[in-house]
Amino acid sequence: MSHQARKEDSRNAAPLVTSDPRDRGGRAQPLLRVKGLRKHFVIKRDLLGRPLSRVHAVDGIDFEVRKGETLGIVGESGCGKSTTARLLMHLLQPDGGEVIFDGDPVGTRGGLSLREMRRQMQMVFQNSYASLNPRMTIEESIAFGPQVHGVGRRESRQRARRLLDQVGLLPERFAQRYPHELSGGQRQRVNIARALALEPRLLILDEAVSALDKSVEAQVLNLLGDLKQEYGLTYLFISHDLNVVRYISDRVMVMYLGKVAEVGDSEALYRAPAHPYTRALMSAMPSLEPGRRTQTAPLAGDPPNPIDLPPGCRFCPRCPLAVDLCRGTEPELAALPGGGHLSACHRADEVQAAVSNPQPSVEESVR
Amino acid sequence: MKSDVMTRTAVQTPLTASADPMVEIRDLHVHFGTPRRQVQAVNGVDLTLARGEVLTILGESGSGKSVTLRSLMRLLPERKTRLTGSVRVDGQDVLAMSRRELSRFRGRTAAMIFQEPMLAFDPVFTVGDQIAETVCRHEGVSRREGLARALELFDRVRIPSAKRRLANYPYELSGGMSQRAMIALALSCRPKLLLADEPTTALDATVQIQILLLLRELQRELGMSVIFVTHDMGVANEISDRIAVMYAGRLVETGAVDSVIAQPRHPYTLGLMHSRASGELRGQRLSAIPGAPPDMSAPPPGCAFAPRCPHADATCTQALPGMSELGDGHRAACWRLGETAS
Amino acid sequence: MSLTLDTAVSPMAAPPAEPGYWRSVFARLRRDPVAMVAGLILLAIVLMAIFAPWLAPQSPYSTSMLHRLQPIGSPGFPLGSDELGRDVLSRLIHGARLSLLIGVMPVINAFVIGSAIGIVAGFVGGRTNTVIMRVIDVFYAFPAVLLAIALAGALGAGLVNSLFSLTVVFIPPIARVAESVTTQVRSVDYIEAARASGARSLTIIRRHVLGNVLGPIFVYATSLISVSMILASGLSFLGLGARPPMPEWGLMLNTMRDAIYVNPWVTVLPGMMIFTVSICFNMLSDGLRSAMDVKL
Repeated sequence: MSHQARKEDSRNAAPLVTSDPRDRGGRAQPLLRVKGLRKHFVIKRDLLGRPLSRVHAVDGIDFEVRKGETLGIVGESGCGKSTTARLLMHLLQPDGGEVIFDGDPVGTRGGLSLREMRRQMQMVFQNSYASLNPRMTIEESIAFGPQVHGVGRRESRQRARRLLDQVGLLPERFAQRYPHELSGGQRQRVNIARALALEPRLLILDEAVSALDKSVEAQVLNLLGDLKQEYGLTYLFISHDLNVVRYISDRVMVMYLGKVAEVGDSEALYRAPAHPYTRALMSAMPSLEPGRRTQTAPLAGDPPNPIDLPPGCRFCPRCPLAVDLCRGTEPELAALPGGGHLSACHRADEVQAAVSNPQPSVEESVR
Repeated sequence: MKSDVMTRTAVQTPLTASADPMVEIRDLHVHFGTPRRQVQAVNGVDLTLARGEVLTILGESGSGKSVTLRSLMRLLPERKTRLTGSVRVDGQDVLAMSRRELSRFRGRTAAMIFQEPMLAFDPVFTVGDQIAETVCRHEGVSRREGLARALELFDRVRIPSAKRRLANYPYELSGGMSQRAMIALALSCRPKLLLADEPTTALDATVQIQILLLLRELQRELGMSVIFVTHDMGVANEISDRIAVMYAGRLVETGAVDSVIAQPRHPYTLGLMHSRASGELRGQRLSAIPGAPPDMSAPPPGCAFAPRCPHADATCTQALPGMSELGDGHRAACWRLGETAS
Repeated sequence: MSLTLDTAVSPMAAPPAEPGYWRSVFARLRRDPVAMVAGLILLAIVLMAIFAPWLAPQSPYSTSMLHRLQPIGSPGFPLGSDELGRDVLSRLIHGARLSLLIGVMPVINAFVIGSAIGIVAGFVGGRTNTVIMRVIDVFYAFPAVLLAIALAGALGAGLVNSLFSLTVVFIPPIARVAESVTTQVRSVDYIEAARASGARSLTIIRRHVLGNVLGPIFVYATSLISVSMILASGLSFLGLGARPPMPEWGLMLNTMRDAIYVNPWVTVLPGMMIFTVSICFNMLSDGLRSAMDVKL
């Protein structure tokens, strides 16, 4: 019990990020800065092989991840959040844009090499089973990364066992197991250990807790909190679950059809969302208050595919507030008064005003 | 230790006083397995569903919630499954049905919707044809009437430009649309009981709420009874009149949705409520339920939740707690209910 | 040190230890009676081939004009004699060596080469894949028998040439299977994870791809052994493989076919050997397939 109490204290204390010897630009410099990141998939070509239609999976997004923070990315299927993660890891080749890791451009001449970048940035996937090689023991899977980077066999195995212990799995019981012998929660712990084996500074969690049962999800979220504290990690936490993102993130970025719709401090964004899509997402969450059920769905229809998009705002076909301006001109991501909160909506002020207004009328106007 | 409001009641007492329930499950056991490994998926479930009632079975993966639902239509692989107990739907004994009776029962008395709508449709026929065909087969009407009915159903599940959509192949429909089409298919023979197996789990949030609202509306219009299986408390709250929480193949708590969510009494339900991540808890540890659910090929004696339960004592690990009445049909199966009152 | 209290309070239950994958495959295979019988027969035939000089009652080459075309059960010739008076039993025993060799060797060679081609094509993907697989398709388009005969004929009769031509025949189908299995494995998350850890392609293939694709390719290859046995015998029968007077089942079938009206049962024996061996290989490969096909 006292152990737990101590932990609570240390959690409230300031994060211990600055001590990392790999830190280059100091605290003020963002750990990751992304500029104009873009990926289009061609889905149809004409006879000469020229693209006929494309999926605008990620369509020029800018954002930064500050040192020691957790940036949450939310959005529905097709919004490009998982593609963004794969682009950052260079598992997909970006069509354009720049990724700058702690001041160094990634993958360009004179910048950070891909191999070095992958040492500092690691990823945990959603599917805990598919992301472990079924023919390798847990220990081998975790030790693989360090071995690739030249750590000796014995030492990497020791590291694997240490990490297993850290993620709450007894090494002597689990090291020699195969993935199919573990439960989903245990496997996701292994995946986290595997990602940490390279001692990264940034961990991308792509729907890492989404497939877990709720009771197990809470355990893994606690684990993530502890590990962040212990290693001074920075997280990029991707999820479709607004409650979880709100719990874990310092800042939140909302994506819609390959673009950033809104980004801001977690509390500010949840308290006063400045994009109609964010509002819709929030009111689509099932209510947990007995007797207060949702009466109207905030949006009709499914999120469209980001194929051959029309000019103007991409949300406007589903937006209850759309006006002619929205159909003609695509809104830029612009800062709202107060700073730190950006929204890509022509009518951001009105959206925000409508929310902070305590009286309902919002429901009406949005409908 | 035990409060005196609580009275241990016989297991047979129906939850809602209803002379003619839609579903009546008594002491249902479902065991799967090969000779070498037996999985005890469901271990003595008693459940009653009144006509026109919406019940949610809430539980995690492996709790037996889907298996319970499937045994209502005998959809489990017969050769590998051992079903005991009694299952009555609309007055008929499901476990005693012949193959013919069963196929008449499926679709007409009870219909089911799934998490994956694509599995309900044959990819090489249009959705309209498939619904019309189902209507023709079950009701012996002409193809024309079948198609007319399909159109009416598509309108009813709010599929825009229904006529055009009927001519679509399943893969041409988006996620929410195919979920609606599957609901139309399930409703095609006017079932009295709709079984829903996590139909909104794979959907995006903004689509999920639409489907939940649609189901609520359809249930009201058609007066169906619904059993809805989910792992999401929010979804349960949105859809149901009553909740039955399942853990390790047994019901651990049942009651009206308001009382179970506002005042959960079983330590497992309490744990689920408290371990939810939310904005207010930011920067704090979540009070997660420790450990993992038991291996159902060797479930522990006594209360299956005891190894993870903060209130457990020696009694819990030895004897199985029965359902205790907490008032207003709210019941929980726990030895230490005295400690869990708020 | 344990960071997670949730698990420290009640340590996570570890499932009972299970044996490794291959051990469990063999355990399942042992419980499959058909595969076991087939395996035992094959083992017996292989042992027979190895110990041929000690097992055979006579030399497979010694002719005797006095004892030509003896029926089964003749004194000194338990399975009869052929058109040159050689003991058929001895020739069948010795023939196992060559017949197995030219039946199995091409498949082993093709397994190595075809897997390499298919895995590279599947792993690299894109244009490289298209080019490699189109070339493979060209070879695949010819019926196996025709291709083998044409190649062996063009290269000239002889053991080595028939081995070579059969190898060429079996590379395309094995490469196809290898390519499709690898393409499936390539897009699974654990390969992405390995790539994300900075591993080079060769390392990924060696550590992550091979273990997951060789099994299915191997099963497919064993099913080809029966075809190979028959093709090899066919080539010998046509005079394109083993040369007389070597003892080889296909060749024996050829040389004795004139005597089919005189001594039908003796003539059929080498054919029965070919049939037995190939069907045993097929049943063993079937058993292996179902033993390996478990949801992990």
